[in-house]
Amino acid sequence: MTKDECKKLVLDIIADIAPDEDLSNVKPDVRLRDQLQLDSMDFLDIVMELRKRHGIEVPEKDYMQLASLDSSAEYLTPKFIELAAKR
Amino acid sequence: MKQTRIVITGVGLTAPNGNSLAEFRANLLAGVAGVERIEIRYMGQQLAGVCHYDPLRYQKKKEVRVGTRAGSISIYCAREALADSRVAWDSVPKDRVGIYIGCTEHGNVETENEIYNISKFNYDTKFWSHYHNPRTVANNPAGEASLNLGVTGPAYTIGAACAAGNLGLIHATQMLRLGEVDFAICGGVSESIHTFGIFAGFKSQNALATHDDPKKASRPFDKARNGIVISEGGALYTLERLEDAQARGAKIYAEIAGYHVNSDASDYVLPNPTRQTECIRAALKRAGLAPHDIHLVNTHATATPLGDIQECEGIRAVFGEGCPDTYVNNTKSFIGHAMGAAGALELAGNLPSFGDLTVHPTINVDDLDPQCALPGLVLNTPRKVGKVDTILNNSFGMLGINSTLIVKRFIP
Repeated sequence: MTKDECKKLVLDIIADIAPDEDLSNVKPDVRLRDQLQLDSMDFLDIVMELRKRHGIEVPEKDYMQLASLDSSAEYLTPKFIELAAKR
Repeated sequence: MKQTRIVITGVGLTAPNGNSLAEFRANLLAGVAGVERIEIRYMGQQLAGVCHYDPLRYQKKKEVRVGTRAGSISIYCAREALADSRVAWDSVPKDRVGIYIGCTEHGNVETENEIYNISKFNYDTKFWSHYHNPRTVANNPAGEASLNLGVTGPAYTIGAACAAGNLGLIHATQMLRLGEVDFAICGGVSESIHTFGIFAGFKSQNALATHDDPKKASRPFDKARNGIVISEGGALYTLERLEDAQARGAKIYAEIAGYHVNSDASDYVLPNPTRQTECIRAALKRAGLAPHDIHLVNTHATATPLGDIQECEGIRAVFGEGCPDTYVNNTKSFIGHAMGAAGALELAGNLPSFGDLTVHPTINVDDLDPQCALPGLVLNTPRKVGKVDTILNNSFGMLGINSTLIVKRFIP
């Protein structure tokens, strides 16, 4: 799992929870909420979908790590790698 | 006591056989039913009335995903009603608008979906959606409409089983007369075909219709009727005080003439013709009308063996004699039982009779049950009549709630 692959997985989730948004030009270093119509319930959706689709838990204290695509990849990629190693 | 006159100025609806009043009415006159087979979780193929409106006409994809079907139907119907009313919506003070939506039930669909969802995760509740509560609160359908429309006045649902659609209109009438609001969006909605529990419940009660041909499955008054076809749908109206409607030059469909709501206090599910008769008589009294003044009676009959007979007993008691100009019909024969939407949808289907002087028929009556024979019952083909100045709409529900709403031709 590369960070780019991780970003793609996060974007796939966002595409489902925010289907009206154009995701073709999401800037990885800018907060998602500053460029997309996402509210706190949507971020809970991202957390839920990471849990459902990938078995990844994001504790509440770490929610801020999902602020941008870059920070998401930074935080989630090791988790994906760790999970893959267990399988 | 002289009461403030309340008029209907807009209609928005989605029914299993039409997504506008014009389409719905045309199909009611052409004998086009709207029942089909759909897959119901745990139960396989079942008969149902399904609406085919376009949710994305008035909602974003995300709103559809986050919200409920009942919310979506409410938004569609409310927007359609507003458009039909031609009110200058942008200049209407939104804190003076009320939204009153009747529901048979709400939350079953969403709760069943979540339980099914966590069943895929070994019933671990950490997979339970954070949207569960906003989706299942009883005011959800009205709340979603208020969000979509920016209405900041009172917006809530009225739980009244299958009498609820009528109660939406009745409550709005009361609130307008009290001066609580200046403009009302009201009626009823149903998303009930998305919950297996309703189907399973009626099946266990031996009250779920079966038929080889879906379009012939809903057959009130026919000897071979064998139960209810469950449907979704909605009909919302704009209601205004007459002087407000006239001041803006609104088209007026009808005037609220009278209404009544009462309770059987006799059984959980069995209807009570004595109380139904009392309800009809009280509505007539409030309207200042005699039975022979009513030209069209739209029945509640759902095609259960006993319920139809009991309602006919009640109608016969009131309109049996001396009512040569009273005609009787049933809309569920086309669309099944749209639950909380039923009363509101069925009224809508008959409103155009003021203009075309035609009573839409009760279809699927191949062999009339003699116990359901009523003078003036219009069977299988529309009937052109001499006069339609009044429509009486019955809707009854479980736990013995009865409602009768009478509307009349608007005469300034």
